[in-house]
Amino acid sequence: MSTPKIQLIGVKKRFGSKVVLDGVDLTIEPSSSLVIIGGSGTGKSVTIKSILGIIRPDEGTILVDGEDITHINGAARDRVMRKFGMLFQGAALFDSLPVWENVAFGLIQGRGMNRAKARDIAIQKLAKVGLTEDVAFLSPSELSGGMQKRVGLARAIAADPEIIFFDEPTTGLDPIMADIINDLIVSTVKDVGATALSITHDMTSARKISDKIAMLYGGKIIWQGPTAAIDSSGNPYVDQFIHGKAEGPIKMAVKA
Amino acid sequence: MNIFARIGYAVMTVLAQLGRLALFTGKALAAIVSPPIYFRLILTQMMRIGYFSLPVVGLTAFFMGGVLALQIYLGGNRFGAEAIVPQVVVLGITRELGPVIAGLMIAGRVAAAIAAEIGTMKVTEQIDALTTLATNPIKYLVAPRIVAAVISMPILTLIGDSIGVLGGYIVSVYSLDFNGSAYLKNTADFLHSDDVTSGLIKAAVFGFIVALMGCYNGFHSKGGAQGVGNATTYAVVSSSILILAADYVLTALLFHK
Repeated sequence: MSTPKIQLIGVKKRFGSKVVLDGVDLTIEPSSSLVIIGGSGTGKSVTIKSILGIIRPDEGTILVDGEDITHINGAARDRVMRKFGMLFQGAALFDSLPVWENVAFGLIQGRGMNRAKARDIAIQKLAKVGLTEDVAFLSPSELSGGMQKRVGLARAIAADPEIIFFDEPTTGLDPIMADIINDLIVSTVKDVGATALSITHDMTSARKISDKIAMLYGGKIIWQGPTAAIDSSGNPYVDQFIHGKAEGPIKMAVKA
Repeated sequence: MNIFARIGYAVMTVLAQLGRLALFTGKALAAIVSPPIYFRLILTQMMRIGYFSLPVVGLTAFFMGGVLALQIYLGGNRFGAEAIVPQVVVLGITRELGPVIAGLMIAGRVAAAIAAEIGTMKVTEQIDALTTLATNPIKYLVAPRIVAAVISMPILTLIGDSIGVLGGYIVSVYSLDFNGSAYLKNTADFLHSDDVTSGLIKAAVFGFIVALMGCYNGFHSKGGAQGVGNATTYAVVSSSILILAADYVLTALLFHK
């Protein structure tokens, strides 16, 4: 069997007395697309941020291409980060820079490419997400939410990453724009041949962009399987979540 | 809660805060000296921190020089020492008021702006985005601001010193009937280069404090708009206090021989 692209083994994280991740085990195969579903505050974002090294887990191991990256820093961390691209929930575009420079950021700062060449690549990537060249010279604040998501997607794929993370890619978008973004995610991920990890609570999006789904609840992965099997999981937690029922075993915590 | 628990909690909070600040300062210093160095960003920040602060520093220095001349004249008048105005004005401004006034103005203008900008970047995940783009946020955001502030502040102070002396000159000559050329001669004869350089050393340190506190509070802001507002307040208050405290320490070190 090939080395998993990303592997989490017993990852635990607590903030103060609140346990967010309580031993997460997860394996993501190369070129597959996994979606983690779960309610708000179940630690989906913490999982992604732990892999990216933005949050340090208290216990457990995170492997990328078989390499333990749990505690690496500095130049070694930067080298591993070059494998990643990420689309943030609020797009997280740099508002001090024009659109093209946002897209080209990883190429210019992360890889030291010259600006003219990086700009050409940025314009190509913008075209891939359906944006024309004139958008490239606007400021991110002049764009609508859907456009910002597209720019964020272009930025995530700009450096042809091996792994792309999507944090709530469709949250805050109208259903049509959400579907467009889903299509773009599917096509760009296939295009780059990347491994994708997404977190969402939008089931329409989850079904469309994933090969496999894992559900996070109570700080653990309580179910995982192929996307097609989600309706016959036999797991009451999963059933409650995918059908969006207030009644069921999941009790929503009011406090974050 | 038991009183000892309260005291303990307060002490621990202060110590934790100091520890975080020390760690942050260490990381910032390491980022400044290790490549890559973003010259373009340093220049941009020098424009924002230094050049755009010229009007406010110039105006405050001008009035400070004027009021200093007036006060010394009125005070000196009590024992027939009005003639000392030019000497005290230039000494007071170059050693003390020039760097301190510039520092406090920059604390209000720049520490607040840095904290608000970085704080907003933090709460909108732009700082996390930097990390995912293989860019160290400390190196990209903090180092250029600190370097720019440390370079800009002495230059600003030098300009402020000159304008302050000019303010004193104008008040003395046009309102207090001093002889203009005698005023300038007294100023120039009395001034040592040490007086100016000590002020410039202070200015560089104040620049470091302002940029560091702006960045530190911005990086540690949380919880949306209110968090950013708090970060801005802390940045201005802490850098103002630290400037005055550092001023005392530096004066003691530089002049107490």
